[in-house]
Amino acid sequence: MAELKFPSPHEAEKIPGTEGWERMYPYHYQFSTTNPDRKAYEEGMFWFYDGLHYPEPMYPFDIIWDEAWFLALSQYNQRIFIVPPAMGIDHRIHNGYIYITPLPVPDPTDIPKRAELFMKRAGYYYQNWDKLHDNWVEKMQGIIKELGDLEIPGLPEVEEEKVVTEGLGISTGYRLLNAYDKLIDLGILCWQYHFEFLNLGYAAYVFFVDFCQKAFPDIPLQKITQMVAGIDVIIYRPDEELKKLAKLAIELGVEDIAMNGTAEHVLKSMEGSANGKKWLEAFQAAREPWFYVSTGTGWYHHDRCWNDDLDVPIDALRIYLEKLKKGDNIDRPTQQVIAERDRLAAGYRELMTTDADRQTFDQMLGQARTVFPYVENHLFYVEHWFHSLFWNKIREVSKTLVEYKFIKDIEDVWYLSRSEIKEALWDVVTSWATGSNARGPLVWPQEVEWRKGVMEKFRQWSPPDAMGTVPETITEPFTIVLWGITSDSMTQWARLKSVAEGDLTRIIGFPGSPGIVEGPVRVCRTVKEIGELRDGEILVAPTTSPSWAPAFQKIKAAITDVGGVMCHAAIVCREYGLPAVVGTGSATSRLKTGQKIRVDGAKGEIEILP
Amino acid sequence: MDVSRYLIPFEACDLTMISRVGGKCASLGELLRAQIPVPPGFAITTDSYSRFLEENGLTDKVQERLKGLDVSMLDEIHTASDEIRAWIESGTISEPLEDIFAENYRVLSRRCRTPALPVAVRSSATAEDLPDASFAGQQDTYLWIRGVDDLLDRICKCWSSLFTPRAISYRIKNKFDHAQVLISVAVQKMVRSFTAGVMFTINPATGDRATVVIDSNWGYGESVVSGEVTPDQIHVNKITMEVSKKTISKKVMYYTTDPHTDQVVKIELDAERQESQSLLDSEAIELAKLAKIIERHYGKPMDIEWATEKSLPYKGDIYIVQSRPETVWSQKEVKPVVEPKASAIEHIMAGLIKGKKIT
Repeated sequence: MAELKFPSPHEAEKIPGTEGWERMYPYHYQFSTTNPDRKAYEEGMFWFYDGLHYPEPMYPFDIIWDEAWFLALSQYNQRIFIVPPAMGIDHRIHNGYIYITPLPVPDPTDIPKRAELFMKRAGYYYQNWDKLHDNWVEKMQGIIKELGDLEIPGLPEVEEEKVVTEGLGISTGYRLLNAYDKLIDLGILCWQYHFEFLNLGYAAYVFFVDFCQKAFPDIPLQKITQMVAGIDVIIYRPDEELKKLAKLAIELGVEDIAMNGTAEHVLKSMEGSANGKKWLEAFQAAREPWFYVSTGTGWYHHDRCWNDDLDVPIDALRIYLEKLKKGDNIDRPTQQVIAERDRLAAGYRELMTTDADRQTFDQMLGQARTVFPYVENHLFYVEHWFHSLFWNKIREVSKTLVEYKFIKDIEDVWYLSRSEIKEALWDVVTSWATGSNARGPLVWPQEVEWRKGVMEKFRQWSPPDAMGTVPETITEPFTIVLWGITSDSMTQWARLKSVAEGDLTRIIGFPGSPGIVEGPVRVCRTVKEIGELRDGEILVAPTTSPSWAPAFQKIKAAITDVGGVMCHAAIVCREYGLPAVVGTGSATSRLKTGQKIRVDGAKGEIEILP
Repeated sequence: MDVSRYLIPFEACDLTMISRVGGKCASLGELLRAQIPVPPGFAITTDSYSRFLEENGLTDKVQERLKGLDVSMLDEIHTASDEIRAWIESGTISEPLEDIFAENYRVLSRRCRTPALPVAVRSSATAEDLPDASFAGQQDTYLWIRGVDDLLDRICKCWSSLFTPRAISYRIKNKFDHAQVLISVAVQKMVRSFTAGVMFTINPATGDRATVVIDSNWGYGESVVSGEVTPDQIHVNKITMEVSKKTISKKVMYYTTDPHTDQVVKIELDAERQESQSLLDSEAIELAKLAKIIERHYGKPMDIEWATEKSLPYKGDIYIVQSRPETVWSQKEVKPVVEPKASAIEHIMAGLIKGKKIT
């Protein structure tokens, strides 16, 4: 891999017209050359672009989750579980794109000491997984409730009388500042919990993969994930709820009402009959919490959930109603999935040559199956349920900023960082308290306009895959599983580049699910467009999430811009036996609806047919 | 006369009989026992060979001729080989033996409903060094042999292959007694193969035991066995029975039977077939099913020669024509791929400490 060279982070390209962009992000995220030690450190590390989470440049507010996991992941590695060879993951930003680097333990003689601690601490978690996990679910539900209950007050002209009669001694100005602090604090706390199990989960998984590949050098990664994949995982739950609602509508004879008009119209029409009301009741019950499923990954504020736009689940419901009316089966092939998972595990186990290996296989597979449901389920709690609520609470804060003319639109708030919002709120409440004019309206509107322009320039630019110096080994479990940084993927990167430059008829991605099919393309940039899908088309999307599930009933194959072998599209396609090529980087921009293509899911290649 | 002393149908052969029918015939018998489709045929036993030597006064004469040779005497070994092989190939198969061979050949022809049935005649070695295929005569194969006269002629040629210079040197080097090493001959119905080749029940390149690797070319399998073409290669996953990898190569030639001369010929492939897939995916999967049965029967990775016969392009019958233990991976010491440990967490920690190499 010696031929792989990446630019120095200090010589990375600058984009004309974006000068000063650094102020949009935390100061410690900047690559800098002013101090020789820091410069040498940054040059010596391997910084790779986290395209898995951030297919587009960072909004100044949305970087909150990056900061949250910067802290959370690193602390679990380095300060809580003491992963023997791996410290935390350091973060930087360049032209709006996040670069990260795993830090190895510098002195190998420290490793045995760390191993002892890790054995004890991680061992405790592995051994008490189920109990601790139940506790985790309780904690998460607790903070989600707290978040939901959190009131973001608007500023009154005159405080209510009870402030006096009850001797409260505080104003709404204070309560607004306090609510904002609480909101941000809950967000950071949620991400503390997010990583409580995740790294241990990935470690169990990655070394099961490692063992399988040693025992069977040809084994595809897809087969290994099939062996550990959970059955009753939450990722399928929102979709299952829709299927139930579709069946119920037919049972109650209200399916024709569900087929017509907007979601608002449907819900109103349902009120008109006893059976309609019954269905409506089931519908409302399903919304909490399953309709908090995001239509994107949940990492960006613009990833709205079903509850934000009920037209999305109603459109999806119609796909199921049509299928049911045709007499099609819409149930998940659960029995086949279980049978296949058992057949694979038994088949590979039998082919091992020694009983010692069979023992290792049983141990590792057992552990991987214990941890895997968490790896799959935490996304719903954190990225979907919590985030969806959180973004909307920030929109409530934004209302006040709009009201006081700090910004023109509620959606402008994302161009301020979370500490800038806090300062702006101080500006708001002090001017409100004083009755004077705030300075905000003179500062933020033009700053937001400028930032929008900068972000647009960032969007037009392609970030390099990596910067700095390639190391010999990677020991950080996340880096391996999530970003797949191995010699194979490094070769893949080189290949992606060379193909992208030369061959216009081929697109290369990661193999998500095996199989070869040909068919017409349907580009869906958002989940709202899945209603346009026709049977037998190949879905091309930026990424998919559980809210896209109904689309998989119609398509022949799926292609995404973002994601690895563990992404939603890959998991669902494996379950339904459809080919998938994921992480192509550019399929939505290079493919056009109607184009004929061939998808090879095992190779991870797409060919544009003449 | 006791026919079974001199000739044994494949159905009656098994691995306990290697000293009489050789490894190849014993293995074909085993395959039949495992319900594998093997073209019918029979083994000409080592007793036939011994009797032939005796009747032609060659038993002692051959031993005398080899006395005093050592491995360094290359020229002498060559001259001795030439002489001995000429004696054997010009010997006469006595009437009682000829009757047995001819009668069984007639019965085989009738069974296959083909007068003067085309057969493949191959030597079947009995020596101690099996499964290492390097021994004398392993490579001796005569294809598309028709009629008793040609059959008898090729039987003598197979017998004489016991005395190639390489075989003689090998025995001297390993201190085997020339007189104790005997040879059998396999006579097998010739499959008029449309596509043929070899397959391994393990990936010989990686040692992956869940992969069946199939090499194929048009026509007879000899073009693949001899390495004269780069064959197509198809990998089948033994557990899911899916084609997991496929490499279509440019195949420049193939072996087939010329209908005018009734001889096996080597022909250049027409351009279109050179780069088209010589074995259907569905056939590869059928072959892999057989590979699994064979491997299970033997309890070790196997190296298998196969052929498909077809009159229509989409339907064919698959045959296994030979099978032997795979020689590279099956001789490696069987040991765990990772050191066993008390628990999953110890494995995880060992893995963490080692990390992943990326360069």
